[in-house]
Amino acid sequence: MSLDKDTVARIARLARLKVPDEELAPLAGELSGILAWIEQLNEVDTRNVEPMSSVSDVTLPQREDKVTDGGIAEKILANAPGGAVYIEQTDKNAGGFFTVPKVVE
Amino acid sequence: MAALTDLTLTQLKATLDKKEASAVEVAEAHLKKLDEHRALNAFITETPELAREMAKASDARRAKGQTGLLEGVPLAIKDLFCTDGVQTTAGSHILEGFVPQYESTVTTNLWQAGAVMVGKTNLDEFAMGSSNMTSYFGGVENPWKKRGDNRKLVPGGSSGGSAAVVAAYMVPGSTGTDTGGSIRQPAAFCGIVGLKPTYGRCSRWGVVAFASSLDQPGPLARTVEDSALLLQGMAGHDPKDSTSAPLAVPDFAAAACNPDIKGLKVGIPKEYRVDAISPEIVALWDKGVEMMRAAGAVPVEVSLPHTKYALPAYYIVAPAECSSNLARYDGVRFGLRVPGKDLIEMYQNTRGAGFGKEVRRRIMIGTYVLSAGYYDAYYKKAQQIRALIARDFKQAFEKCDVLLTPTAPTAAFAAGEKMDDPVTMYLNDMFTIPASMAGLPGISVPAGVDKDGLPLGLQIIGRAFDEETMLRAAAALEKAAAFNLRPVGY
Repeated sequence: MSLDKDTVARIARLARLKVPDEELAPLAGELSGILAWIEQLNEVDTRNVEPMSSVSDVTLPQREDKVTDGGIAEKILANAPGGAVYIEQTDKNAGGFFTVPKVVE
Repeated sequence: MAALTDLTLTQLKATLDKKEASAVEVAEAHLKKLDEHRALNAFITETPELAREMAKASDARRAKGQTGLLEGVPLAIKDLFCTDGVQTTAGSHILEGFVPQYESTVTTNLWQAGAVMVGKTNLDEFAMGSSNMTSYFGGVENPWKKRGDNRKLVPGGSSGGSAAVVAAYMVPGSTGTDTGGSIRQPAAFCGIVGLKPTYGRCSRWGVVAFASSLDQPGPLARTVEDSALLLQGMAGHDPKDSTSAPLAVPDFAAAACNPDIKGLKVGIPKEYRVDAISPEIVALWDKGVEMMRAAGAVPVEVSLPHTKYALPAYYIVAPAECSSNLARYDGVRFGLRVPGKDLIEMYQNTRGAGFGKEVRRRIMIGTYVLSAGYYDAYYKKAQQIRALIARDFKQAFEKCDVLLTPTAPTAAFAAGEKMDDPVTMYLNDMFTIPASMAGLPGISVPAGVDKDGLPLGLQIIGRAFDEETMLRAAAALEKAAAFNLRPVGY
């Protein structure tokens, strides 16, 4: 499968990656190369083979449905890139917000 | 008495236990080595103050008679493990300055065992790479050089920093993570031991995720016994990781002290004998088979028919999982933010500027193979191949107890080589990826040098959750190979 520039631009948009126009063509070449190499998998007959999504045979455990933490708003917001806004300046663990650019006018 | 920094982890532990040196003295001796070899660029963050504090606390515990498995032993931690209050970057610009507010389970286990952290090691960005050249913080230099050639060599990757610091005698051991070979291949390139446990043996909680169905933490050290001891300190069931195996931790160190392999069946997979492999490595592999035979093992030829498809299948599964895992880097809750005119543009600008070339490439491949209309052709197909690979191993292990293979197809290469074509770089992991796809444990043991004097490694692959037999075979191989060289002039 060979990818063209438009397909690469579409994938970049889906992946929310800004790719400058001049990089689209070389990237299309690289990705096509990788996909062409992957095509060799078509040599293998996989009819009736159950896909393997996990190597562990164990059934995933279920935990008890109970609150295990909370009251740590300051820790959660500690790395907020846009800065955090707290409800109470004196008690940051009372809650707060991440900030994002305005999304509604 | 030998210098503290020349001791193996096991010897260092004994020295501390006999009170011939304090944890503070041990930490100071190793911190001095960090100063001396800073040019290797093996650390992203050094934590000397924290190391001194932890060493002091260790001495205080010892004075009270409380000694853990790794009491006072200095370790380096791959910068993919979240460490409370210490910057954790994953080798990426997008996480530069990120300071976790929690500690990964594996490092928590190590600190509870008494270990001391000296710093966070450099790695390929988000553990995606086999050379350390994709780190945002610059490549790591391998302490080894070709004889009579001063060019810088790569330490392998992605745990290249963790391998280099052990090979350069800056620490006796370190942690790494292995998704497709990221512990074993750098260990081979740096002439040390690297162990990838069975998937589920060590908790992934608090480890920056790359490909969740493959990622597995493990140790790097200079001897098989050291790696076993370190694994013992890292492993254990963790309810916070749903794929963590609910099994008790065996006495790995005891297994590594028992190199008796009389009657052990060592499988030699014929499909690993491919053209891309250097003749010197084929010769070393043959020698390895003879060493195992001489030690009493019984070599048997086995077949893993789907070996050649493991690598391309991996390059669907791993990028698919990475594209999903790395969706969290959106510039909102942590990490880099690059503003844009609206929210979507902010995401795109942040991710475009924050991720390096190889990471962007893998996210794009992953996004493509998971996109509407292609899922069955790529992702489902790869999962079916993965099932066949696992079946191959299962059948092989009906005839043998462990497998012996090369770790990597070549010795360490020069910095900047193999960067033109991504697939050339991917081929580095051809011998490590099949076991990763099947979730099996593997260990690389330094077994010889090539004509340029560079170390080469052999890999032992074990059955799932049978690291003990694997360690026994690795100890026998280590004993027979008697690799005792160390890099000079770095």
